[in-house]
Amino acid sequence: MNSLMIAAILLVLLGLAYQVGWSRSRALATSGGGRFHSRFHYHGALVAIWAVAPAALILGLWALFGQTVSASYVQSLLPVELVSAGGNPLATAISRVRALASGYGVAGEVADYEAAAADALARFQLIVTLIVVGSAAACGILALLFARRRITPRLRARNQVERAITLLLVACSAIAILTTVGIVASLVSEAIRFFTFVNPLDFFFGTVWNPVFSSTGGGSGRYGLLPLLWGTTMIAIIAMLVALPIGLMTAIYLNQYAPRGVRAVVKPIVEILAGIPTIVYGFFALTTVGPFLSGFGAMIGLDIRGTSALTAGLVMGIMIIPFISSLSDDILSQVPTSLRDGSYGLGATQSETIRRVLLPAALPGIVGAFLLAVSRAIGETMIVVLAAGNSPVLRANPLEPTSTVTVSIVNQLTGDTDFTGPQSLVAFALGLTLFVITLCLNVVALYIVRRFREQYD
Amino acid sequence: MNQVLTSRSALEMSATHSKDALASHQTVRTPDPDAHPSRLRADGVSVFYGDKQALFDVSIDIPEKSVSALIGPSGCGKSTFLRCINRMNDTIEGCKVTGDITLDGQNLYDGNLDVVELRARIGMVFQKPNPFPKSIFENVAYGPKIHGLARNKTDLEEIVVTSLQKAGLFEEVKDRLHSPGTGLSGGQQQRLCIARAMAVGPEVILMDEPCSALDPIATAIIEELIDELRSNYTIVIVTHSMQQAARVSQKTAFFHLGKLIEEGPTEAIFTNPREKRTQDYITGRIG
Repeated sequence: MNSLMIAAILLVLLGLAYQVGWSRSRALATSGGGRFHSRFHYHGALVAIWAVAPAALILGLWALFGQTVSASYVQSLLPVELVSAGGNPLATAISRVRALASGYGVAGEVADYEAAAADALARFQLIVTLIVVGSAAACGILALLFARRRITPRLRARNQVERAITLLLVACSAIAILTTVGIVASLVSEAIRFFTFVNPLDFFFGTVWNPVFSSTGGGSGRYGLLPLLWGTTMIAIIAMLVALPIGLMTAIYLNQYAPRGVRAVVKPIVEILAGIPTIVYGFFALTTVGPFLSGFGAMIGLDIRGTSALTAGLVMGIMIIPFISSLSDDILSQVPTSLRDGSYGLGATQSETIRRVLLPAALPGIVGAFLLAVSRAIGETMIVVLAAGNSPVLRANPLEPTSTVTVSIVNQLTGDTDFTGPQSLVAFALGLTLFVITLCLNVVALYIVRRFREQYD
Repeated sequence: MNQVLTSRSALEMSATHSKDALASHQTVRTPDPDAHPSRLRADGVSVFYGDKQALFDVSIDIPEKSVSALIGPSGCGKSTFLRCINRMNDTIEGCKVTGDITLDGQNLYDGNLDVVELRARIGMVFQKPNPFPKSIFENVAYGPKIHGLARNKTDLEEIVVTSLQKAGLFEEVKDRLHSPGTGLSGGQQQRLCIARAMAVGPEVILMDEPCSALDPIATAIIEELIDELRSNYTIVIVTHSMQQAARVSQKTAFFHLGKLIEEGPTEAIFTNPREKRTQDYITGRIG
């Protein structure tokens, strides 16, 4: 009894219920039941909702709790001493029994009690599945019959279907919100675990990042956030120094100067930049921009490393250009033409109009776009992993390698990790820090953008 | 019902009529012996938006130091013609203007003419009040600043105050010159825009339905202002309201379907129109 079949049964139930509701209401109407409040397909949909909802609820509960139930059943079949020991051996035993029951087989000798438990589990699972599917189907049919009996000309099926659709939509958006809450909760709880190993003051104000891997927890390794935060900030500043002027001027050109034909060609091309995967920007930084910069540095007598804050920042800036330019373009388009005309009407030139009227009017929106771009820059990972040089040392020179918060998260979580020591738990503290920073930036940016919109709509 | 039918048939009649007249279109002109001399002249002006012709061969003299009203139903080309006079149509992509418009004998569409200088001489007030999102003072100071009309701060302040006074707004805003211009009422905003236009020291002021977004009281104040301004400025006003044209203007030009149908002294146009379409429009049968 696999999920495909269950889905098929649900679909059949859905179609059947719809058909029943539709034909019942139609039959009532033609036999002179009076004028129907709702059209027949609303009655069909209502019966279908009634029939499918309880069945889906039962199946959903089973999907959520079925594993737990079967695990406790297996436990009851296993020898007492194994169960009371708990921990890893018990979990291994349970998964071995499960594998045997499903017929995949396991490595090594199969103990007698395992084989017996597997047999019992297989029977148990079959019975439970039959019960669950059977009860789901029965509930579905019962609800269908009930809903069918409710059909009268006065029944407000349309309104009820609309309400059910609203509920469905609310449920979907709730999933997005709950996911966010879940992510934040897991970040917070793991970060709190990290802070049981490391003093928060040492983390937030420490100037040395040296997470020595050791087998036991304790004080080994130093987890100072500042070098990483500084690396992130420096790269973001370089990126914005590149992206803001270029992006803004691109937007001004496209919005104010470019003839329609040019705009139709240039705008999509600029936006293609936004579609390039960041890992590809990473290659580009590592293999093209880095060597070029160090060669250029050698020419003018500067020691520029191939992987440095400068390389990563430049390439990240290029990545952000389309983001700034298309947001600013939208914002400039929102400035009413009447302001532009008013300025031209006074004899202002195009650049005077842009500098003195358009940009000041669009400034709040552009600041908002800027902040959104900054929060993208500090959350960006792939470019800095490849091009920043992974050197978490606190130094001001952008020509030297550096490291960022995101890079350190990647380093701490790749390879063989168990989530018991500060070496890997620190990733959650870093992630939380990053999350809070970008959240603040986004909130401020959205607030500014919204205030700006209200001004002209 | 009956009335709707009449007005539609009148419109259709005039439409077919104008099609016949397309080849040889003649504006009916009533000369005004008392009119001021004209320094602003349009001669055979046609305007195209892409392939579509919006204005057909318009010729008219605008007398100085008086108010000329351009009237006609929506889409008749009166605003298009107005925007030709200070070359605002330049900002519209695909717009082409042929014919001559001259100010003191100089062709405004001459390649050598600097459009910035032109717009300093011919100011414009728009349909919707459009103060910049700056302070009241900065709104009026905008033009003098970009044209470098003030040598120092005192000069600039004087220009701003005089312009606000001329627009009849100074008394109302003198205590809050540095608060945002967008915070004023609609009528005050429009007078601010008039002050802003006058601060540059223009000879001609073009007004594109300046009262259409205002309430009757604000409208009355603006109309009074226009009447005062005409002793110093040449004013061309586009209006939807025939009463307004009759109240404020000395000369009226009636546009229909992109053509100048009839022009003459306002009184003559409104009391004794010689063209049937003019008569239909001012009696409310087309438009």
